[in-house]
Amino acid sequence: MSTELLIQYGVIPIIQILVVMIVVLTVVAYGVYAERKILAFIHSRLGPMRVGPWGLFQPIADGLKLLMKEDLRPSVADSLIFVMAPAILMLAAFSALTMVPFGEGTTMFGYEVPYVIADVNIGILAMLALSSLSVYAVVLGGWSSNSKYPLIGALRGAAQMVSYEVALAFTVVATLMIAGTMSTVGIVEAQRELGAWFFILQPVGFVIFVICMVAETNRLPFDLPEAETELVSGYFTEFSGMRWAFYMLGEYAAMIVMSCLAVTLYLGGWLRPFPNSELTAFLDVIPGPLWFVLKGFMFMYFFMWIRGTYPRYRYDQLMTIGWKVLIPISIANLFFTGIIILLVQAAAG
Amino acid sequence: MELLFFYIFAAVILGSAVMMVTRRNMVHAVVWMVITFIGVASLYILLEAEFLAAVQILVYTGGIVVLFLFVIMLVNLGDIYQVEWLHRQWLPALLLALLLVTEIGFMVWVGAQDVPAAPEQSEAILRGLGGNVETLGMALYTDFLLPFEVASMLLLVAMIGAIYLAKKRV
Repeated sequence: MSTELLIQYGVIPIIQILVVMIVVLTVVAYGVYAERKILAFIHSRLGPMRVGPWGLFQPIADGLKLLMKEDLRPSVADSLIFVMAPAILMLAAFSALTMVPFGEGTTMFGYEVPYVIADVNIGILAMLALSSLSVYAVVLGGWSSNSKYPLIGALRGAAQMVSYEVALAFTVVATLMIAGTMSTVGIVEAQRELGAWFFILQPVGFVIFVICMVAETNRLPFDLPEAETELVSGYFTEFSGMRWAFYMLGEYAAMIVMSCLAVTLYLGGWLRPFPNSELTAFLDVIPGPLWFVLKGFMFMYFFMWIRGTYPRYRYDQLMTIGWKVLIPISIANLFFTGIIILLVQAAAG
Repeated sequence: MELLFFYIFAAVILGSAVMMVTRRNMVHAVVWMVITFIGVASLYILLEAEFLAAVQILVYTGGIVVLFLFVIMLVNLGDIYQVEWLHRQWLPALLLALLLVTEIGFMVWVGAQDVPAAPEQSEAILRGLGGNVETLGMALYTDFLLPFEVASMLLLVAMIGAIYLAKKRV
């Protein structure tokens, strides 16, 4: 194999993977800090203030503490699955990140450097498929603890994630029909061609997607699987130390994946607002990847914001919203999107 | 290179499939089944059937097997550990397995004589029509529309039937 091929298909992907891993792990660690701060401000508190200036070193201190904690394992637990389950959440989230398009890509030292690790023609489908694996972390973690509260949490989690995935998939399909492709890069390019971010063309779909996104990541107001007022802390009650940290961080990694998915599908990825209009051309001083990250953080903030402002739903309410409200609306959305696409095509000739 | 990956995935599939049918603990069996399905999805990717691979993971691994786990967890938990080895059904099982092996062996033996032509040709077809998804979509909604609709009808009927049967007992 020639050196050029080796660099193009060997070295560059490895560098890309390392960069994404390091950046996302940092965001995950500081996501916990950001959430504590934002929640504190919503509650009129200060949040972590002791470790470092404004408590900035809190994540490092927490990480060290969790690393040094004793490794507890219930004696009745199914040890193999108990050890394996926490890793699945991270695995699902990080493998889905390979398809996220952070920008247009550049040429460096004569080599093409795309700002996406893998631009495959089934991008969105693969992302949904891989992130759907995270349900195993919840189910197996809860079951292997061999205890009552985790099992109830696991069953709730499985039912919830499978139900909301249906509505999520239907709204995504409506967007894909407009884009005409499943490649994540292709979807952003389609938004450039149409000159509008897809949330303008898919307002209903966007709202449903955001609701399902919160439910898929088991966040408040949909955090029934870990409802601490009734289930101690749900499916990961028995976990401690590093394994608990994996669940905690995996939740943030899943939030990042869902935010990236939302930005790609509805907020034009790395594009500026109204990418075809001359009026917003001055906004190009902000480079593409930065646009992507800014939009992503907007969703992350949204996750934390609604956690601070909404109470938790009851379990039957959760199922009613999923099956009797979101799924019918998303199917109707799909139907009307199809009709409008056909009408537009007919009008265009 | 491709052959090497094929052998790796094949080993994973066969190994986890054997582990799946020999586990006494139902949940362990399901976990091995998940690994088998992921191995099959990898083989699909190797065959350049990416859409099939993604659907395999999304539908089977992410959906149906979760329901398996759900059912196993909902039925009496104590019974899980006392699943009997083979249920004294080894004779019919052996006969069926033999029949299946003969059948597959015969098909492979016959099929080996007219293996479809070089992969370059199929790749050219794919390139001509766009990607994997487009080709599949065109085939399903034009040439094979009737079988496709019949299959979806069948699934709908099965679903309604299942709901009807379950509702009666509630």
